[in-house]
Amino acid sequence: MLIKRPPDIRSSEITPESVYRSRRRFMRESLTVAAGAGTAGLVGTPTAVALPAEWLTAREVKAGVPLDEEMTSERDATGYNNFYEFGTDKEDPAKYAHEMTVDPWTVEVTGEVEKPGKFGLEDMLSGIDLEERIYRLRCVEAWSMVIPWIGFPVKKLIGKFQPTSDAKYVEFRTLHRPSEMRGQRSFFSNIDWPYVEGLRMDEANHPLAIFAVGMYGKLLPNQNGAPIRLVVPWKYGFKSIKSIVEIRLTKRQPKNTWNVLQPSEYGFFANVNPNVDHPRWSQASERRFPTTLFNPNRIATRMFNGYDEVASLYKGLDLGRYY
Amino acid sequence: MVPKTRLGIAKVVVFCLLALPLVLLGVDVWREVQLPGSAFGPDPTEEVLHYLGQWGLRILLLTLAVSPASRLLRKPRFVRFRRMMGLWAFSYIVLHFAAYLLSNAGNSFEVILASTIHKVSFAVVGFYALLMLVPLAVTSTRGWQRRLGPGWRKLHRLVYPAALAAWIHLLWLSKGDFMDPLIYGLVLVLLFGERIVFRIRKERRATAANAV
Repeated sequence: MLIKRPPDIRSSEITPESVYRSRRRFMRESLTVAAGAGTAGLVGTPTAVALPAEWLTAREVKAGVPLDEEMTSERDATGYNNFYEFGTDKEDPAKYAHEMTVDPWTVEVTGEVEKPGKFGLEDMLSGIDLEERIYRLRCVEAWSMVIPWIGFPVKKLIGKFQPTSDAKYVEFRTLHRPSEMRGQRSFFSNIDWPYVEGLRMDEANHPLAIFAVGMYGKLLPNQNGAPIRLVVPWKYGFKSIKSIVEIRLTKRQPKNTWNVLQPSEYGFFANVNPNVDHPRWSQASERRFPTTLFNPNRIATRMFNGYDEVASLYKGLDLGRYY
Repeated sequence: MVPKTRLGIAKVVVFCLLALPLVLLGVDVWREVQLPGSAFGPDPTEEVLHYLGQWGLRILLLTLAVSPASRLLRKPRFVRFRRMMGLWAFSYIVLHFAAYLLSNAGNSFEVILASTIHKVSFAVVGFYALLMLVPLAVTSTRGWQRRLGPGWRKLHRLVYPAALAAWIHLLWLSKGDFMDPLIYGLVLVLLFGERIVFRIRKERRATAANAV
């Protein structure tokens, strides 16, 4: 296992980010040169991905089970996004997310775990098998897509760090780097960055909850939450936090960003539920993409987004109150 | 008919400018019909809905800017454009409402009714703004102006609550980013503020004249 507890070091000894980044770049470039013409492209990765494309292609990805529903086109799923760190227009993430550096990428694991630490993504994911999952994605704004993700169960990764018996919740944080994320610099935004989301431990352990590193057979594009994101298909999309840099196991329920901003509209659970309306609009139906000009392609929204197998997690919970 | 006066020409120009967003939308709609997905992304109805709403609000505020502009620039003739501008604003807003109904196609009538009328939300406030503008559009003709006499001016003050409702509609539907409601709100404050200042000055002048 590559998970190591980092030694105690003084902050003065830590290499500044700019230095290690340029070192990495130097190493990559020299390796590219060393690789020579015969194997050109082996190491020269595009800056938009955290993991080299070869990292994915060299792996076996277990194929996903197709749904009875039409898959959303890759163009739509990568061109129409909510990722407010890059602006609030649906096209903003596709336009500006390339400004985010995702290589190198580290994830810090803290809180109620036996083996906390800060890990390079590639190391962290070693030994984890990848599989495709074709899931419905239902946004709280009442539109939906069907997306083939590539990832692995949340449980598999979190288990590596050995959560203690005090770990009741998992909290996730998105990268906070205003210099590369223009939405975080916006004067008109009322969001308290960084973006935080959370799950109850039993939700995180449910086999449907995954971390995704790819979609449509490729690594995640930045606008979709590269290099690693959460996908919880029975909850509204805003729960599926993107570009994760911190995983914290906690005793107390995390304060998720939208809930803090507007508690009457966004709860902690945010389970897809056609019977509980958003205060400003109905959740009874959704527009399944792509819609056409004269037909918004409305379909009935299903309880738990059609993933009935999670219902047992919420036995006895008043879903009208805990929305 | 070719306009002969400078005012007539100016009116044609303003008319064309106000029609331009609709013409551009028409071009996109045509492109979309030729090749679905080419003009609006994956959610065309929603795009069209927002586009029409935005232009409705912009032209409504532009209409409200006519009187202040005519006073500040001492161009009383500006007022001659006001009816046409108001009617364009109304047209965009009616089309915006039609697009709203279209985007709700597939929803039950109860759901539409609930979200448009019963539920206290941005959709309801927008609907009230539209309702307030209907009598103004109907009575915008010279005939109605004559028939209503001094009541006409009073009736047309409905445009102020209508504009305010339209702004609240925008504010209420915003989330995470408040640039648009802030900018439009600032414009509204300026437009209302000029009127208040104008009124106060007029009254002062009147009292001063009485005192003499």
